[in-house]
Amino acid sequence: MESVDLNEEGYLTNFSQWNKEIGNAIANDNEITMTDRHWEVVEYLQGKHVKEEALSIRGIKKSGVINIKEFYALFPGGPLKVSTKIAGIPKPKSCI
Amino acid sequence: MPKTNVKKMLFILSKASIENVYAAFIMANGARMEGIEAEIFFTFFGLEAINKKKLNRLHVATVGNPAMNIPTMLGGLPGMEALATKMMKKEMEKLDMPPIGEFLEILSDSGVKLWGCKLAAEMFHLTEKDFIDDLDGILTIGDFYGRCEGPDTHMLFV
Repeated sequence: MESVDLNEEGYLTNFSQWNKEIGNAIANDNEITMTDRHWEVVEYLQGKHVKEEALSIRGIKKSGVINIKEFYALFPGGPLKVSTKIAGIPKPKSCI
Repeated sequence: MPKTNVKKMLFILSKASIENVYAAFIMANGARMEGIEAEIFFTFFGLEAINKKKLNRLHVATVGNPAMNIPTMLGGLPGMEALATKMMKKEMEKLDMPPIGEFLEILSDSGVKLWGCKLAAEMFHLTEKDFIDDLDGILTIGDFYGRCEGPDTHMLFV
C-alpha cells in the first residue's frame, strides 16, 4: 500500500490520497468491519466534504441516508469522528 | 487531542431558561460524539424542558442576567423575554442548533438516557403522560446516583 499523509490524530490531510483500501485499513484500526452500509455512509460524508458542507449530527438526522441510531451502531465510540477518519476527510469542528 | 478518561457524564438540569437547557443538551450530545456515555436528570424547573406542552415555549432570562446587557428594569417589561428569545433562536438556527424538541430526539437517538425527577414531578403534579415519549422513566435522586459507573463517571449540575 502506498503511504498517505496523516495529521497527529490520524486523519488524512489530503483527501485525494484516499482510496477504499486506505478506508478499510483505518476502519480495522478502529475495530470496525466495513459493510456496504458503512460505505454508503462514507460516500455520503465524502459528498458533503466535496461540496464543502459542514457535518453535524443534526445533518445526519436529516440526511435521508442513515438515522442517528444506526449511525451510532455502525461507528461506535464517537460516530462522526470515526466515520470521517475512515472517509479520509477532516474531523468536523462543530460542537453540535 | 489525547483520549479522555471520562467514561460517563451525568447531568442534572434544574432550570428551564433556554441558555441552561442548551448548555446541558450540547454537553450531553458532545459527550456521545466523543464516545462518552451521557444521561440527563430533569428536576425542578428543568422538567419544563421535557414537558410536551412547555418545551417549545422556553425563554431566555432577561432579568437578573447582567451579561444580557439589558437593564433589569427594562428586562422585566412585557415582551422583552419574547423578543430576546426570538433573537437568540434566530442566531441558534444560523449555527444549525436544533430546537428543543428536535434536540431531545437527537439526544435519545444518540443513546442519552433522559430521566424525570420523581419528587419534582410530584411537586408540580406531573406524570409520565405530561412528558415526551422518549423519556426513559421517572427516578429518585438515589436511583440516579445508582446510574454512576465507577470513578470514571462525572456529575454536573446545571
